[in-house]
Amino acid sequence: MPSIKVLAEREERGVRFTGGHTLCAGCAEPMVVRTVLNAIPDPVVVASPTGCLEVATSRFPGTAWNVPWIHVAFENAAAVISGVEAAYKVLRKKGLLDKRVRFVVFAGDGGTYDIGLQALSGALERGHDFLYVCLNNEAYMNTGVQRSSATPKCAAATTAPVGEAIPGKPQERKDLTEIVAAHGIPYVAQAAVSHLIDLANKVERAMNYEGPKFINVLTTCPLGWRTPRDSAIQQAKQAVETRYWPLYEVIEGRYKINYKPKEHVPVEEWLKTQGRFRHLFRDPQGKELIAQIQAEVDRRWELLLKKEQCFGVGG
Amino acid sequence: MRKAITGHKAVAEAMRQIEPDVVAVYPITPQSEIAEYYADYVHNGLVRTELIPVESEHSALSACIGAAAAGGRVMTATSSQGLALLVEVLYIAAGLRLPIVMALANRALSAPINIHCDHSDAYLARDSGAVQIFAESAQEAYDYTLMAQRIAEDMRVRLPVIVNLDGFTLTHTVQPVDLLEDEVAKKFVGEFKPFAPLLDVEHPVTWGAFAMSDYYFELKRAQEAGMEAVPAVFLEVQRAFAEVSGRRYEGFFEAYKLADAEYALVVLGSTAGTAKVAVDELRARGMKVGLLKPWLWRPFPGPAVAEALAHLKAVAVLDRAFSFGTMGALYEDVASALYPLEKRPILVNYIYGLGGRDITVPQLVQALEELPKIRRTEWALRYIGLRE
Repeated sequence: MPSIKVLAEREERGVRFTGGHTLCAGCAEPMVVRTVLNAIPDPVVVASPTGCLEVATSRFPGTAWNVPWIHVAFENAAAVISGVEAAYKVLRKKGLLDKRVRFVVFAGDGGTYDIGLQALSGALERGHDFLYVCLNNEAYMNTGVQRSSATPKCAAATTAPVGEAIPGKPQERKDLTEIVAAHGIPYVAQAAVSHLIDLANKVERAMNYEGPKFINVLTTCPLGWRTPRDSAIQQAKQAVETRYWPLYEVIEGRYKINYKPKEHVPVEEWLKTQGRFRHLFRDPQGKELIAQIQAEVDRRWELLLKKEQCFGVGG
Repeated sequence: MRKAITGHKAVAEAMRQIEPDVVAVYPITPQSEIAEYYADYVHNGLVRTELIPVESEHSALSACIGAAAAGGRVMTATSSQGLALLVEVLYIAAGLRLPIVMALANRALSAPINIHCDHSDAYLARDSGAVQIFAESAQEAYDYTLMAQRIAEDMRVRLPVIVNLDGFTLTHTVQPVDLLEDEVAKKFVGEFKPFAPLLDVEHPVTWGAFAMSDYYFELKRAQEAGMEAVPAVFLEVQRAFAEVSGRRYEGFFEAYKLADAEYALVVLGSTAGTAKVAVDELRARGMKVGLLKPWLWRPFPGPAVAEALAHLKAVAVLDRAFSFGTMGALYEDVASALYPLEKRPILVNYIYGLGGRDITVPQLVQALEELPKIRRTEWALRYIGLRE
């Protein structure tokens, strides 16, 4: 498994994602991108849909990408990488390429959970050999913090504002990791920017499998979550500790929870540190809403434990 | 080698001979048979192509873009609503200067939903930056599919090329088609030379960059240079094709009995075949009529069309689609082309054949016979075959 030292050595040998991009101060995305790319020793080709990462790293005539990279549109990164991978297979067969090349998508939650879900599902079903990494920051941050289906219940978003009648987003977030797992692909995982070695290990394990691999990475957006710029790691860590964002894997259908917090930290401890949930602590209704959020976190955690029990690695 | 085959089979045979690295395709009537034939070739090991049976037309062209940028030769095919769904990425394929050849089995756009021929799908892609060619017959669809590959891949052009063939009228009717020998066709199309491919991992490139107001305009102007190069390349490719096939396509359009004509029709696609019969009938009765049938519609060969029509007294331009709220798109092309001339023919615009409405020889004879009675060019649509 890649240690910090190994990751750092690879970064020194060849920087795949350079500085000088225009992502916000405190954005967690570059950490995820670097860690994933440094966890793959083979040459890689990257595709990204429209989003923060794309806009901030590819402004003509500059680029932050030292690996081949392509952006086409918002909803089709999985289809684009399907084409790249298919071309690779043919050119290999024809003897025009001899190197082993790996294919990675970095996409936001909007381009994955919402507008890109169909293309993703199609690519998973067809079985292309690629790794899809969702940089999940839980809203359309690039366009100004609009709600997505990854946005948690009650969070304030510009299209789900905290109003007199409706306090933020009324709906629960979609459980995309389980939707992806239902495709029966060889490797599915959840990770968080707070646990970078865990992420690197997951990437390395994922790349042992032929076919589609998917990692959903909780990727703090201090701007959208309304937290301090230096909070990205702490925020993601607390999401894991409160069991809001479990770190787990589904390898060939076998569930494994990578980290089980020893103490039950209430989700409230995480919510209260973020501006997007501030209203819950001011409004008299807030207590009841926090209780609902906690109940859903508990329900999902219990369900995950049961899945591990029934379909675990040793089961 | 002459075979009795459908337009679909003709296109599929051209694709088999081209043997692209990747074909990504999604079924839609009346295009599906192209996908079916090609799947047959792949599943029987006749080609080395990777077939991507995508979940939508949007993903079909998106996968083609990925494969083309990766360094592969790619093709696809669609129709109607499928074109409408993928038109977003068609603009991007053109903006990225990717030589993707796509057959378009022309079919009416909804609503109401309809599966039969008109040109509303091609018109939707009019300003996409794709080169558009129209075929009159299965033979032309076959020939231009082969030629489209060379036009698209020419380094002066590097743009997507659409080969239009009328849904059902051409796609599903059996016609005699002369096919080239496989080796001859392959040699004509040549080896694909990728430009800055993603799979050249030693030389990483960024495809699909973000350009703001400081560069966007220049990049789009450079794209237009690709379009400007098409006419010369088109003629070169026609000449090269004549050498290997013996079939001479000379020019951007077919000028049928036009040189000494006084009145003429301008029409795209299979209706030109019907129009030729109408022209012959009237010629037999002593009326000097002709026909102009564009093969190349985008870029529009304006000066050449103007030169070919300048001597006429009146011309009827037939559009097989509305451009709602204004005159027909082909009419506007012809009118713009003629405008610089001091002496130009009277123009009239007919909308015809929507949703597969039949277009007959007597209707076209009538349209030609009415031309001498029209005194001036009017800003008004006329209709053929419409119950009012």
